[in-house]
Amino acid sequence: MARIGVFICHCGENISATVDCAKVAEAAAKFPGVVHSIDYKYMCSDPGQTLVGNAIKEHNLTGVVVSACSPRMHEPTFRRACAEAGLNPYQCEMANLREHCSWVHERNEKTDDKAIDLVRMLVEKVKRNNALQPIKVPVTKTALVIGGGVAGIQAALDIANAGHKVIMVEREPSIGGHMSQLSETFPTLDCSQCILTPRMVEVAQNPNIKLYTYAEIESVEGFVGNFIVKIRKKAKSIDESKCNGCGLCTTKCPNKKNPNEFELGMAKRPAIYVPFPQAVPNIPVIDKTQCTYYKTGKCKICEKVCQANAIQFDQQDEIIEVPVGAIAICTGFDIKKTDFFPEYGYGKHKDIIDGLQFERLASASGPTAGEIRRPSDGQVPKKIVFVACAGSRDPAKGIEYCSKICCMYTAKHAILYKHKVHDGTAYIFYMDIRAAGKNYDEFTRRAIEEDDAKYIRGRVSKIYERDGKLIVVGADTLMGAQTVEIEADMVVLATAGVANQGAEKLAQILHVSYDQHKFFSEAHPKLKPVETNTAGIYLAGACQSPKDIPESVAAASGVAGKISCLFSNSELTREPLIAVVDRLAPPQYSSCTGCFMCQSVCPYNAIEREEIKDRNGNLVKQLAFINPGLCQGCGTCVAVCKSKSIDIEGYTNSQMYSEVDALLNF
Amino acid sequence: MKLGFYPGCSLEGASREYNESVMAIAEEMGIELVSIPDWNCCGATAAHNMDKELSLSLPARNLALAEEAGLTELVVPCAACYSRFCATQHELKHDENLHKKINGIIEKEYKGNLRILNVIQFIEEFIIDKLEDKMKFEINKKVACYYGCLLVRPNKVLNFDRTEDPQTMDAVMKKLGADSIDWAFKTECCGAGFSVSFTETVGRLSGQIIEDAVHRGAEAMIVACPMCHSNLDMRRPEIDKYNKKKSDMPIIYITQAIGLALGIDRKKLGLQRHFVPVKLNDFKPYTKKTEVENPQKMEVE
Ligand SMILES: Cc1cc2nc3c(=O)[nH]c(=O)nc-3n(C[C@H](O)[C@H](O)[C@H](O)COP(=O)(O)OP(=O)(O)OC[C@H]3O[C@@H](n4cnc5c(N)ncnc54)[C@H](O)[C@@H]3O)c2cc1C
Ligand code: SF4
Ligand code: SF4
Ligand code: SF4
Ligand code: SF4
Repeated sequence: MARIGVFICHCGENISATVDCAKVAEAAAKFPGVVHSIDYKYMCSDPGQTLVGNAIKEHNLTGVVVSACSPRMHEPTFRRACAEAGLNPYQCEMANLREHCSWVHERNEKTDDKAIDLVRMLVEKVKRNNALQPIKVPVTKTALVIGGGVAGIQAALDIANAGHKVIMVEREPSIGGHMSQLSETFPTLDCSQCILTPRMVEVAQNPNIKLYTYAEIESVEGFVGNFIVKIRKKAKSIDESKCNGCGLCTTKCPNKKNPNEFELGMAKRPAIYVPFPQAVPNIPVIDKTQCTYYKTGKCKICEKVCQANAIQFDQQDEIIEVPVGAIAICTGFDIKKTDFFPEYGYGKHKDIIDGLQFERLASASGPTAGEIRRPSDGQVPKKIVFVACAGSRDPAKGIEYCSKICCMYTAKHAILYKHKVHDGTAYIFYMDIRAAGKNYDEFTRRAIEEDDAKYIRGRVSKIYERDGKLIVVGADTLMGAQTVEIEADMVVLATAGVANQGAEKLAQILHVSYDQHKFFSEAHPKLKPVETNTAGIYLAGACQSPKDIPESVAAASGVAGKISCLFSNSELTREPLIAVVDRLAPPQYSSCTGCFMCQSVCPYNAIEREEIKDRNGNLVKQLAFINPGLCQGCGTCVAVCKSKSIDIEGYTNSQMYSEVDALLNF
Repeated sequence: MKLGFYPGCSLEGASREYNESVMAIAEEMGIELVSIPDWNCCGATAAHNMDKELSLSLPARNLALAEEAGLTELVVPCAACYSRFCATQHELKHDENLHKKINGIIEKEYKGNLRILNVIQFIEEFIIDKLEDKMKFEINKKVACYYGCLLVRPNKVLNFDRTEDPQTMDAVMKKLGADSIDWAFKTECCGAGFSVSFTETVGRLSGQIIEDAVHRGAEAMIVACPMCHSNLDMRRPEIDKYNKKKSDMPIIYITQAIGLALGIDRKKLGLQRHFVPVKLNDFKPYTKKTEVENPQKMEVE
């Protein structure tokens, strides 16, 4: 027989000013199965909790209904109080008399009636609650960091320095990401390479970090604490254990006219190459699509010059399988290229470049050794136009959002330009100057006031070329929207920041969600900004949305904190509120018919096939089996199961129906 | 081969030469263009400035008549008519109630199955492949192809060519042996319907178009819209006044250019009707490129 205790809370006056708590307690006392019912000013206070604990012992309660505020607030509090008094914590339920009643209604009889109904529902539910045990899963204390940009580097170093193992997988031949391409960084103008390179080296040297470059994620299986990851190590055609990074091969390779990706096509590189001088690791790769030997079967000059015998033309891709406990996605972003803009010539004008190209021109290690020279003829541009919000904040282009970093880097570009071309003039067409951040507005003011950047508030409708000049046609909306035409020598588009290539595919491999722009989605925009909706998988940096370096680094440290937390236990405890498939005595085994509709809808891939075999090992039946480590209790499978074989613990069909019945049959 | 044809008011009036050249090249290619029986004005700029239902009903009646006449393709050379026809088809397709209402107004059943072709689509689909066999001359001139506003915009409705730097006319002209230049004013407004009311504005807008083409060495401008043609041709005095220099670059319809390449009589193409004389001549005789590109391979086969 059920012996239920009901505890009505006044919540100070939050509830009692509207609901007659004593009356509700009285009514509840008469419900079948209720053996104890009281009201009290603050149930969550220490004396309140003691009231509950004592009542459990005194009245030998089998279930508790605390009628107070939202369970989001205090369910853990009361479940703990119950557990301390020896009752299974999952035998405690909360009726929400505050948000669902007192806060939204007037004080009158109907409100009291509703409060009584709410309590009645939960009393009926709790009678059907099962005693549940938290789920325990072991943890592999190795983290996988995908992407070796500044976010990935920070996350890896923090986790490694907390004493855990890290495996870093980077798609390119070197780590560093976009930050390694930047010249100087806002808002302090410190050299990007100078602050990043030491950290890159640290990654390579940290004994806790295993680095795989030129590698990608092939598949991920398992669940929090227990992922199995397959990594494809693409063939570099180099034996990394032998190569000493002397670089002779790259200087001797005769096939030198390939577009240099790191310099964004503004320079050439050999078929065997290290992306940039400070690359980590400093080991070349052969681009098989370009190498003469792979194309024609002749050459092998690199092999001849390599003293270390490191060249391996027959090297194959390698698949490596590793167990990890947590995953950090740090795959960063990309920017739209100039060919995205019909109105600016579909990318056909050489002297219309994007922001990253400008970074390379301004960089001391770039193709012009830091001199601002335009790509078409190498002239120093005397008039330069920057177009902010190129593509961003433009629903017509399918990019409604603000790319966030471009206002700041455009101000930086104007400053760098003025520092390098003293007699030049920089114009910036902008919509708004978005410079929220520590020392950010001061930085844009500096561009305007000290470095004479001419900000024009308006959009550029068209850019065309005429007699070697780029005619920029825009509007000045602060001057009565009059047309402005500038004969520029060079134009820099602050193009929209977009999701990195392959983000969608990676999200599908990892079973994490992404938004309509293919940026990875956080679990909660405010309270869980670095978690994904899949337990054990986190995200940091610009793979979530365009972010600047400080933000990316902060998020990465956040992820490292989360992962270190996860790794601080040898076992994980999870709420047991998950789906279970019913079990019956043989020969039925279960009401599950083995249709596996549930398997196809489960967003977390938690449903597996279980085979029931007889003594001789013959297959008798296939059943759905729900992996408790993966199930998130979303309930989707329950909704599609035709034979009603699945229940969510804590929210079973019978519990839900009993609540409804309690309302209908009264 | 029979195709539906909608001349519209311009082609019967101020732009007769456009009509003449369309008919002349169609005849040369063995295509019969059948006018919609009892067609009416498409509504042009006026209707859709005043009354939405009127602006949809006028084209819808024409489209319904064409369907009744059993036509499946409709060639609409005037870019303005083409734009109105496509806009009507688009709107009625996406709004069932409106579609019913307009059918009620025109007292006809417009089904919406007709394929509406502008002059370039007509050329691409029915003429370009036959050019090599029939071409007598190469238009060995530097030309600037001018598309104007209505041929490629709005892209959502027309789904034709690129909005900012269209290429289809250039491709046709290259096929004719012309050097079609890359220039900046392909889709800038010519002044359109302000031709009569604000001639000075037309002088400025068309003036910038002419100036850029001349500056880049174009010997002729190729168009596919009667309104653009009249502004760029007839308003040349206002244009020259704006540019403060005289220009004698002729404006010719793309169908006239094809006609010239086919060796059709200049009069038949209506070239004498232009205000800016079309002096272009000395075309290079065309010899068909040998089809057998790889004779050895042919032998083996
Ligand atoms: C023109 C420009 C100027 C900027 N200037 C500044 C500035 O002055 N100051 C500032 O604070 N910020 C600046 N930024 C922003 C800065 O670049 C970013 O904040 C920073 O690069 C984000 O770091 P990240 O690690 O998240 O991403 P990224 O730098 O994009 O790194 C991502 C890494 O992941 C790798 N990767 C991607 N996909 C995969 C995959 N599937 N598998 C394995 N690896 C993968 C990539 O190869 C890359 O190495 C600028 C940005 C631009 C475009
Ligand atoms: S592959 Fe050989 S030649 Fe090339 S960097 Fe390595 S050791 Fe030097
Ligand atoms: S074999 Fe390939 S990579 Fe090596 S030197 Fe020749 S072209 Fe360069
Ligand atoms: S950061 Fe500035 S330039 Fe970039 S999209 Fe936002 S408002 Fe535009
Ligand atoms: S409750 Fe959701 S997560 Fe769990 S098995 Fe069912 S569908 Fe999958």
